[in-house]
Amino acid sequence: MNRNGILFWIGATLFLVAALLMTQVIGNQYPFFACYVILQFIVLAVAWSILGGYAGYVNFGTSAFFGVGVYTAVFLFKAFGAPLAVQIVAAAAVGAFLGFALGLLTLRMQGIFFSIATIALTIIIETSVTNWRYVGGAAGIQLQRPLGTWPFDDYVQMLFFVQALLVVLAIAIARYIQASWIGRGLQALKDDELAAECTGVPTLRLKVLACVISGALMCAAGAPAAMYLQYADPSSAFNLNYSVSVLAMSLIGGTAHWAGPVVGAIVLGATQQLLTVTISSEVNVLVLGVMLVLFVVVAPEGIIGLIRRARRNRSGSKA
Amino acid sequence: MDLLLDAVVIGVLLGCFYAAVSLGLSVSFGLLDVPHVAHPAFLVMASYAVYFLNDRFEIDPLLAGLLITPLLFVFGLVAYRLYYETFEKRGSDAGVRGIAFFFGIAFIIEVLLILQFGVDQRSVTASYIGKAWRIGDMRIPFRLVVAFAVAGVLTILLTLYLSRTFMGRAIRAVAQDQEALRLMGANPVRIKQWAFGIATAVLGIAGALLIIVAPVEPTLDRSYIGRTFCVVVMAGLGSMTGTLVAAIILGVAESIVLTLFGASWAPAISFAMLLGVLAVRPQGLFGRLS
Repeated sequence: MNRNGILFWIGATLFLVAALLMTQVIGNQYPFFACYVILQFIVLAVAWSILGGYAGYVNFGTSAFFGVGVYTAVFLFKAFGAPLAVQIVAAAAVGAFLGFALGLLTLRMQGIFFSIATIALTIIIETSVTNWRYVGGAAGIQLQRPLGTWPFDDYVQMLFFVQALLVVLAIAIARYIQASWIGRGLQALKDDELAAECTGVPTLRLKVLACVISGALMCAAGAPAAMYLQYADPSSAFNLNYSVSVLAMSLIGGTAHWAGPVVGAIVLGATQQLLTVTISSEVNVLVLGVMLVLFVVVAPEGIIGLIRRARRNRSGSKA
Repeated sequence: MDLLLDAVVIGVLLGCFYAAVSLGLSVSFGLLDVPHVAHPAFLVMASYAVYFLNDRFEIDPLLAGLLITPLLFVFGLVAYRLYYETFEKRGSDAGVRGIAFFFGIAFIIEVLLILQFGVDQRSVTASYIGKAWRIGDMRIPFRLVVAFAVAGVLTILLTLYLSRTFMGRAIRAVAQDQEALRLMGANPVRIKQWAFGIATAVLGIAGALLIIVAPVEPTLDRSYIGRTFCVVVMAGLGSMTGTLVAAIILGVAESIVLTLFGASWAPAISFAMLLGVLAVRPQGLFGRLS
């Protein structure tokens, strides 16, 4: 393992320890909830970037995956009283399968057609869940959280820590992909799919792989949400706001590096929580939209791109 | 059986209305290849403008739609210019960011409408809204008939414009081969900007029809993403006749499913058809093969 790798894992361990401490110190209050939401968005944004950033396929269906994750957990909990780990693993499996289907769609669709197809997928799944009586239909479903197990006094604290674990998992995967031949292949097919295919990059296999990983992570991120809120309903679980938030976080952070979506999710997620509390949730979506459009127009490489440019300028002026 | 016949008739009327709201997208996305995800948001925005004029000054919704048409035209010109300068001109990576750009615009419009008008449904008043035609046992809402007639006229006018006038032919030429047009000494960007203006201007009447047919709410654009894109893709990009046929197919399908299975399945139909068309016949029913 090289120096960067060691530093990364030290950082990840410190992060997990901090998360564990937070569960013990803060207790069940609003800041705790806000942090949980931000963690959740980090997973979603990092997962989105694996497909959207490296491969250049714009997925508007984040909410589809998130919602499927939520409802997989709801179903398993209601039917079998399954423990959290089972819920998350099952959600990831379902997400991987859904991602596989999405990957096959990329066979025939690119660009805007793919994006529209992902919206279509979201609405179709949402409508099906709305008509599924067992999990509550359009009215939603109430869930009773189980009691916490050691070392967590409260189930919510465990959910928080699990989400933090998912963050580390997602970032580790994104980091691995970026450095490996998979990332380079995806980069190549983003620039020119035909040229990549001609030079021997297995484009279809790579796209399907990216979709599967991205989908599994997104669904896994959704699974704890049902237990956290003790409630799930289709129109909020499949809300397109998830899609636009995650898209904005990834693009504003910058998609060229795995740190981009992390930075984007923290900055935007914190801003969102602040705005929702201080002003209103409408204004928060407005700010999100305006920032997305602004960044896309003015700073196409995102925050990461801005930092890189600033660094280059500084080293340029020194020399 | 009667029920089914009813559903088909209503579906055809509804379909013509869907054609009217999709015509603009058929030009902007179908002919110009602009990933215009914000089209339905523009449409709902036009509806709210019509609502405002109707509510405040008691102007007939269709007349109000005509009144805002020039404004929308200018809005379209500006929007395309912005899109062109930031994405098409720079070329690189326009795909991802262009789509994100319009998606962002759609959300901004949605929220601005919520902040201005609230989340409640809004509707207009006019003499022909609320009445119905009776033919035998069949009851046809008069507002659907109005929408049908106006939509038909709009489709014919736009088809004639694109095939008979100089500018209309130029728009179709720019869709076919931009480079050739440039070699002829014409400026493709100005033609495309004009076309995008037309595509947005059509939304004045379309928006009026939208609020005549049913009350609108700020997030209505989400379900119209499915309907308009379904119609335009099924039509085969840029075909006006195709738009009408595809819209009628969608209208009838929606109406039949509504009758047989109930309203809760309605939102998924257009999206399911869209997925089906994309998977099986991406060039659409009347598509130009590229």
